[in-house]
Formats: sequence, structure tokens, C-alpha cells
Amino acid sequence: MNFAELELLRATAKEAIKLRLGEEPSDNYKYHVLVCGGTGCISIGCQNTLEALRKAIDSHGLQDTVKVVVTGCMGTCEMGPVITVFPEGYYYCRVQPEDAEEIVTSHLKLGKYVERLCYHAADGSVQPRKSDMTFFKKQKRNALRNCGLINQTSIEEYIAMDGYKALAKVLQEMTPQQVVDEVKKSGLRGRGGAGFPTGVKWQFVLDQKADQKYIVCNGDEGDPGAFMDRSVLEDDPYSVIEAMTIGGFAVGANKGYAYIRLEYPRAIEHFTKALNRAREVGLLGNNILGTDFSFDIEIRVGAGAFVCGEETALLASIEGRRGEPRPRPPFPAVSGLFGKPTVINNVETWANICPIIINGGDWYASMGTEKSKGTKVFTLAGKITNTGLVEVPMGITLREMVEDIGGGVPGGKAFKAAQTGGPSGGCIPAAYLDTPIDYENLAALGSIVGSGGMIIVDEGTCMVDLAKFYLGFTQDESCGKCTPCRIGTKRMLEILERITKGLGKEGDLELLIELANSIKASALCGLGQTAPNPVLSTLRYFRDEYEAHIKDKTCPAGVCKMPRKGLKS
Amino acid sequence: MATVTLTIDNIKVEVEQGSTILEAAKKIGINIPTLCYMKDINAIGACRICVVEVQGARALQAACVTPVAEGMVVKTNSAAVRASRKMTLELIQSNHPQECNTCLRNNNCELQSLSEAMGLKEIRFVRPAQSHSKDDIDNSSPSIVRDPRKCILCRRCVAVCEKVQGVKCISAVNRGFETIVAPPFNQGLMDVNCTMCGQCSLVCPTGAITEVDDTDKVWQALDDPNKHVVVQTAPAVRVAIAEEFGMEPGTVSTGKLVAALRRLGFDSVMDTDFTADLTIIEEGNEFIKRVTEGGVLPMITSCSPGWIKYIEMYYPDLLAHLSTCKSPQQMFGALVKTFYAEKKGIDPANIVSVSIMPCTAKKFEAQRDELKDSGYQDVDVVLTTRELARMLREIGIDWENLPEEDYDAPMGLSTGAAVIFGATGGVMEAAVRTVYEVITKEPMPDINLTPVRGMEGIKEATLKVGDLDVKVAVAHTLGNARKLLDKIRAGEADYHFIEIMCCPGGCIGGGGQPIPTNLEVRLKRIGGIYKADEAMPIRKSHENPAIKAIYEEFLGEPLGEKSHKLLHTYYVPRGVYRKPEGLPDKVPSGDHH
Repeated sequence: MNFAELELLRATAKEAIKLRLGEEPSDNYKYHVLVCGGTGCISIGCQNTLEALRKAIDSHGLQDTVKVVVTGCMGTCEMGPVITVFPEGYYYCRVQPEDAEEIVTSHLKLGKYVERLCYHAADGSVQPRKSDMTFFKKQKRNALRNCGLINQTSIEEYIAMDGYKALAKVLQEMTPQQVVDEVKKSGLRGRGGAGFPTGVKWQFVLDQKADQKYIVCNGDEGDPGAFMDRSVLEDDPYSVIEAMTIGGFAVGANKGYAYIRLEYPRAIEHFTKALNRAREVGLLGNNILGTDFSFDIEIRVGAGAFVCGEETALLASIEGRRGEPRPRPPFPAVSGLFGKPTVINNVETWANICPIIINGGDWYASMGTEKSKGTKVFTLAGKITNTGLVEVPMGITLREMVEDIGGGVPGGKAFKAAQTGGPSGGCIPAAYLDTPIDYENLAALGSIVGSGGMIIVDEGTCMVDLAKFYLGFTQDESCGKCTPCRIGTKRMLEILERITKGLGKEGDLELLIELANSIKASALCGLGQTAPNPVLSTLRYFRDEYEAHIKDKTCPAGVCKMPRKGLKS
Repeated sequence: MATVTLTIDNIKVEVEQGSTILEAAKKIGINIPTLCYMKDINAIGACRICVVEVQGARALQAACVTPVAEGMVVKTNSAAVRASRKMTLELIQSNHPQECNTCLRNNNCELQSLSEAMGLKEIRFVRPAQSHSKDDIDNSSPSIVRDPRKCILCRRCVAVCEKVQGVKCISAVNRGFETIVAPPFNQGLMDVNCTMCGQCSLVCPTGAITEVDDTDKVWQALDDPNKHVVVQTAPAVRVAIAEEFGMEPGTVSTGKLVAALRRLGFDSVMDTDFTADLTIIEEGNEFIKRVTEGGVLPMITSCSPGWIKYIEMYYPDLLAHLSTCKSPQQMFGALVKTFYAEKKGIDPANIVSVSIMPCTAKKFEAQRDELKDSGYQDVDVVLTTRELARMLREIGIDWENLPEEDYDAPMGLSTGAAVIFGATGGVMEAAVRTVYEVITKEPMPDINLTPVRGMEGIKEATLKVGDLDVKVAVAHTLGNARKLLDKIRAGEADYHFIEIMCCPGGCIGGGGQPIPTNLEVRLKRIGGIYKADEAMPIRKSHENPAIKAIYEEFLGEPLGEKSHKLLHTYYVPRGVYRKPEGLPDKVPSGDHH
């Protein structure tokens, strides 16, 4: 495929999806029924809904005017199975197979949408279309731009949505330095958690002289409650493949590795399919788009270790060695995979690259806050009405996230805290609900943006128990290489276990804090250095709960089982 | 070389670019404590004991792996640094059995001395879970014990096994708190590709990897009035044993060693050096035979049991290159229960044959099925230098004031050629001293074969012996051995004779030697070896009168029938995990006994 052929394909492909974009289609289709095929909806049974819909459409003879498309995650995972009906974008939630008949007879035949399946807000109002929904209104989708809109593995639909426009632009109009400059200008920072400026990282690798360089995509997403990378890999694999190819061009690498965790079988399946398809049409492999630039990608599947999300451990794992971090420097940009200069970026980071190239770094930098540019994907979970995947401009307040997008805490309970950044992060209590979310502000509060996990907890949650959960996770996932993490997290967990069993004693908190700070300062890698955060941050805001466990032998939230006491009523 | 200037504890220091903070600090007299670090072999920043404060860095940095940078400001003794080191130690100790008093490494344990130095006063954790129990102890090997309870996961053993020996039989298994250094799938050392060299036990900072302690077996024999207990001492032991009593490494203490062994109650104290000389006669003649009759060349030495197990596992196709000579230990063992028993009129069934070796693999060697040519197990118990020292401490030996005594006849007399067996290159040098004179019938102009001495990994020399240019090579460590063997396999080795020793520096650096054994110590012991050689009245094996006597009285002639039966052996193609197909059960495959 050459540049002209790509544009030709784009024109044809675009025709086929015009209806979804609010344009007049030239084909016979009146409706596109998009069925969410994200992992959340699959687990809740969208396959049956899909079959029922197809059957009903056929039985009413509408197969020539109604197109059914299985797409990636639409974002409202808790409401699955969800479907969107275009051109208007009606959004149906919790669609069961038995609802199919009504959707067909009412909506697709008579043009009357089915109100009972629409999103009902907490105040009872109905928000029938995507554009009506508060869940979507405050979102701005860059990394998730195609998720839920296109067939997950169709390169044609991807190309129709401006896919490979960025690569074509780079190969036709830009020098490697210009590509790096554009990424620098965007202010994009690593979305995996550390928030290092992506363009600066690329510049390091571009500046290295080496016979071989590598591009790596970190798809070892492992924070409990974070699943944005899974969504991108499953639902829009080409966006990562194209971006990695651009990265290869920018730094002078012709080989990439996508490291995807074993627990994401559909991501592996879709990414593999997409790689093959991209190779088939000449968008990957030798002489891409007829130029002398060649680039190819291999998948490496993780073996179930959380620590392999740490970049040096991930590289060791790709090399076939035990997945353990090593000290930096040297950084991967200087000595990375197989000792060669390597760009390693997280899936979500890659997913932001193509829009930046197409629209310019300035466009991206116009979103967000002063130091945290652009948009960030968060996974809303826990005690929140609308759990799911959301992408918002940096700087949105926690309150907007919880109340507007998330629809508030269900069951009339009070918001207690937002746990952000997973096991490396911390808790933000209600007093800080109006904090604009960005890297700096969350760090100042003792938490982190991290990979974007956001777990809402209500008054029924014991913060000591919550801290124990996260610490239990990191303790279990410690690789065992360095002492502070290997033994220190174990000892911290033991103290927490005692406290939550009512066996805490005076001095426990002091030892816990001393140990936590020591691990933070002395552990070898990010996993260990951040492992104490959930404990330190809950201690910062909810120390009274810890003390109640230790001194009064009570759990204020009523979660921890305390030894029965004498006559206290 | 470009340099950088940095400030450590308010002192400006200029060091080579690429140095670590640890090295820079050392230059100005600051010894940053370490546990997992081992110069040139293990720099992984795992234990976190060597952390320092680097201005501008978010967290503390491990000095052993952090490169210096221009203008860097480092603090090595701030409150944060001290607190962190102490906490890290407290954590290690919280998962370490508190049984120092009964540990083989008591008083010679880096964890123990570091805890003392850091002023660790208590372990504050309440009933801390222990990652491993006594059930996890690996007693499968006759040479080495692994006690994972005492392991602090510094991985120095892993590094030495992988990087020095190229064997990689142990590595980290499991993860997190459950991590253990073990063979794959946590098998026993006896069941995997371990060569039993014991280098891991030398570098272990604690008692997690130790020699198998066989001292009780020896006490039992010594306490039994019906047993005639004979002991032999390997060449490398005499230049190392004194270290166990606070003397300088390399102190030659042959006479004191003999006296000490007599005080333990051995009935006869004789010398492995005697059979080292015998080895030279047999091996020298074997070499001449191979050269003149067209045998397999290059011929490779066979004294080092770790090396033998290695070639049996990794290069079983090359076993025909090995000299068929038994090691000096096993020649001695075979002769004690035949020649010696006969001469003394003792029933060999009542003889207990003990050897003092610098080596853990010798324990394995002594148990090999085929080494029973006397009709009994030729060597009953092998003690390492460290175990002997333990026995001597138990009876309160005052090393400094021990007299010097002579070995017993008839296997106590030896030459300088035998002494140098203990250093890398020594067997080659000893062999050349004899082969030259046997072939040319002329005295060798200079018997010091200096090109094959020293710590260089692979050494080569070409010697004019009569009409023949004899090309020899010497390698120590299995990593270096591999290079030579690959050359042989590829048909690119034009050597006639190769000496290979398993351990760095040869036997003086063996896995059973006093701890510490590091490069500095090895060099001093090598110095002791050559000093001992020069002090010997006879320095060529073929001039040893006791050797001449044993051929006259008992053996007949070199490579003769009796020699063949008692002094030569065969090898077993093992393969790494199983015997490769198509190879014989033994090499040479002939009629050996």
C-alpha cells in the first residue's frame, strides 16, 4: 500500500461509517446498532444480547438497512450490556436478549426509542442519547477516541477514523526530530504512572548512537481496578501499532515489542489480529507505505507478575530472564532491551500519539493544566453509580468526577474518599473534593495519578482494611530482589493484620510509619518505593480509625472483626 | 581517562568517570558497608545496605551501583542513611534464625558483624513470619548444604555460579517473601548440574551455603581404638590453614599442620603431595605415550573433581581427552588400603582413610562408585580446610606455638613439584619439569615455568622439548575451561596438554578454603605456594626417592598393571540432565577393572 492507496481506502471506509459520525450515508443503511464487546460487557452476557438482536433484525427483514457492529468498550461497564444506536446515538443500558424485539419493533422499525432502556439519572431524569448523558458530557476522548465506536479489529474502520493519517504525515512531511518536537510540545507525560515527559524520553533515544534501537509498549497493566490499557489494546489496537511505528521512525528503531499481560487474552488476540492485518496491507513490516522505513512489532506475553510493569523488569522479561527490576541508571533510553537504547511507553501514552501528530502538540497542550497537559483515562470503580472508563482533561475536579460523571455514591451513603493510583497511590478524603486532578496536586495530597485507577469508597469502608488490601497486594507481588520490599512489606502487613484483628498495641503506628518511610526511601524500584503509600496516606487522613482499632479495639466502619468485649453495648 | 569531581561527606574527590559512589568513597577512606556487593562479580543493588543520600535524588541510592556524576553531593552517614541501613538490617534479621551460636559461620558471618557494627539492638517485630523452615534445608549433596532459612538473598552465590563458573545451577526461585535461591524447581543440588565446587559457600555472607560438616565422622574414627586412622593433606591446605588461626594468608605451615594432626590423634599423618608426585610420573608417562603413540590430544589434567563433574556433564563427548590418572587424593586412598596396609601389616578393613582438602567437590569424588580399587572405599572421609580448623579449635590448638613436625613414611615425602599443584598452572609446571627430563634425558635449564603462573584466566606456553614444540594451556574456573573446550570441540585447539582447575586461582582458592577467599587472599596463598616450592630440597617429582621406592617395592613401572588398576580410572558421561544418547557408559570404555 502506498500513500495514495491509503487515502483511497480511507475514502471508501469513511463512507461505510458516515452514519455514525452524523453524516448522510451513501449506502442503504438507516441504523448502525453498536453492541459493546468490551470485556466488561462480555462478562455480563452481551453475546446473548447480540444474537437476539441479530435474530430480531433478520426476522423483521431489516438486515439490509440495519448494520450491527460489535465494538470495544463504550465506557459504562456497570450498565452492560450496552448498545448505541446511530445516527442519533441512543444509548441503551443493561440490554437483555428479551429486549431485542422491542428495540427492533419500536426503534428500528418505527423510529421510537425505548425509554425504559435509556440511562436514568439519580434524579429520575432520562438521558436517552450519549450527547444527553452527564457521564459523557465532561469527557474528552483522545486515547479512547475509537473505543466503542468502531469494530475492534477492522483496519478499515480504524482508517476511516483518521487511522494511519499520522503515520502518513510523519513519513511524508516530517523529520524524526520534528516528530519528537511535536510530542515534546504536547507536554504528554507517561500515562503508566511515573508521568515522565514522553517527548524528552524520545529525545534521549533519538540522540543515542546505536546500531539497534527498540520501541516497547508496556501493556502489563496490573493495578487492581485499572483497565484502560486493556480497553485500548482490545478495542483500538491499531492506535497503538501506528503510534509505535511512529515512535520507531522518530527515534530510529525498526523493531518493537508489545508486552501484554497473560491475563488479557482478548487483548493478545486482537492485537495479534491487528498486527497481521497491518502487515498484510503494508502498514507494518518492510517498506511501510512504499517508503524505505521498515518497522515490525512482536508480542511478548507476561507470565503473571505485577512487577513486570516496572520498565526494567519488563525488559528483563522480554529478554527471557526473571522479571526483576534493576537499578537505574542506566536508563532504558541509554541501555534498554538487550542493552540497546529503548523507548518504553505505556499503552495509553502510545494511544495519545496519533492525535498529537495530526492536530499538533499545541492542540494537545491546550487541554489540561499548566504542568499536566492533555487528557487522562481513569477507571471509576467502587462505591460509585457509574463505574467504568472515562477520559477527562487534566484539571477536572474530583467532585466533577464523582458527582457528574460518576453519578454520585449510590445508596444514599456519604462519600468518604477516592483511592487513586492503585497500590502505589493513596486516598483523597472528602475535604479535597474540589481539588483539580493533575500530577502535582495529587502528589501534594499524598497520592498519585498513577495509571488512573480511581476507587471511590463510602462511609462503610474501613480505611485500615483498605490499606491492608493494597499492601497485601504489593506484598504478594514483590519480586523479592531487594530487602525493604521483600521483608518490609511483609512486616507492615503483619502489623496491619494484627491491628485489624484487634491485636494492635501501643507503638504499632510509630513502627509502621518508620518502616513505611524506610521502605519508601530505600527500596530498589517503584513498586517497593510506593508500596507504603496506601498506608501512609490513610494514616494521614484517617489516623483516628487506626487508633480506634488499637486503643478501643473497635472498627468504626464495622468491617474488621474485633474480639468480643465485656459489657460494652 | 576522563574524571569527575564530587563531594562525599563534605570532602571533594576526583575519580574516574564510570566509578561508583562506593568506589569514590573508598578512595577517601570511607568504607560504605555492603552485603550483596562483590567486586566485578555482583553489583545488583539488592540488599540496600549501602544506601547513601544523593542531593536531589528522590530516594536513597545504592552506592554499589550508582555511578558518580560531576558535582554530585553525597552523604554516607546522615541520620536518614543510618536509620535506613539499620532498618534494612533489622528486617533481614527478622527473617533470619537467631541461632548464631550454633551456626557454622559463627564469628565469621558478614550479617553478624554488620549487625554489630551498625549497633542493631533489637528486632521489634512481633512474632515475624519466617519465609523458610528446617524442612527446606537441602542435604542432598555430599559436599554442600543449603539452608534457605539463613539466606539473605544477596545472590553472590548465584553470581559466582553463573559468572565465574558458567554453571548456573542456582538462581532465585519463587518471588517476594517466598523467594529462595535454589536449583530449578527447588530440586536438590545433587539432582542438578552442580559441580560441587563450593565457590558459593566461599562467597555466602552467612551460613546459608556451607560445606557438609563431616567432623563427627572423623572424631568417631579417632575415638575408636580398633581403627587405624590415616590422614593425607592436600598441597593447598598448608598455605591456608593458618588463616583460621589469625595468621596472614599464604603463611606456609606444613610442619605445624602435621603436628596439629598428630595432636588430633591420627595414627599416621602423610601427604597428598606424595601422590601428587606420583600423578606426575603416571600422567607424564601417559602424555609421552599419547604423543609418541598417537593418542587423543590435547590431554587434559584430571585432578580437580569439580572440573571432572563439569566435563562429564557439559562435554561428555570430550572425556577421552582427560588423563586417566586418578586425582592425587584418590591415588593416595587406593595405596593406603593396599601398599600401606601391606607394609604395616594392618587389615585394610580397619583403616579409616581421611583427607584434608581445600575442596568441597572432593567429598563427592570420594563417594564415586568406581573409586574403590583397594577393595574398600579408598577415601572414607574428606574434610575441608575449614572443618579441620574447627576440630583444631575444639581441642584448643595454639597455632603460633605449635612445633613443626615431619610427615610419616612411606607416603610422606614429596617435592616442590607437588606443592605447586595447589596453584593454577602448578600441575602443568610440575609435569613439564618431569616430561622434559624424561624425554631429553637432560636437566631442564630453568625449572620455573613462569608463563603458566598467576591469575590470568587462560595461560599458554610453547616449550621446546627435544625436537618437539610442546604447546600447553592452563585454565582456571569453569568459565575459562569452557572457552578451551569449545575450541577443542571446534577443532581449533592445537595444544598438546591442558591443565584445568575448577576454582579461581586453583586449589588455593578452592571451595573448602578459609573464608574470606578473595583475589587478594588468593594471590597471597599463591605466593606461599611458590615460596614453599623454592624451599623444597627436591623440586622434581621423578627425583622423589619415595616415589622411586614405591615403584620398586610395589607398583612396578609407570602405566604398568598395578598402576593401571590402582592409579587410573574411567569417567562417566553424565550430560547435564541425563546421559546423552550414543555415548558409552564409561570412558575409556575398556576393561578397567
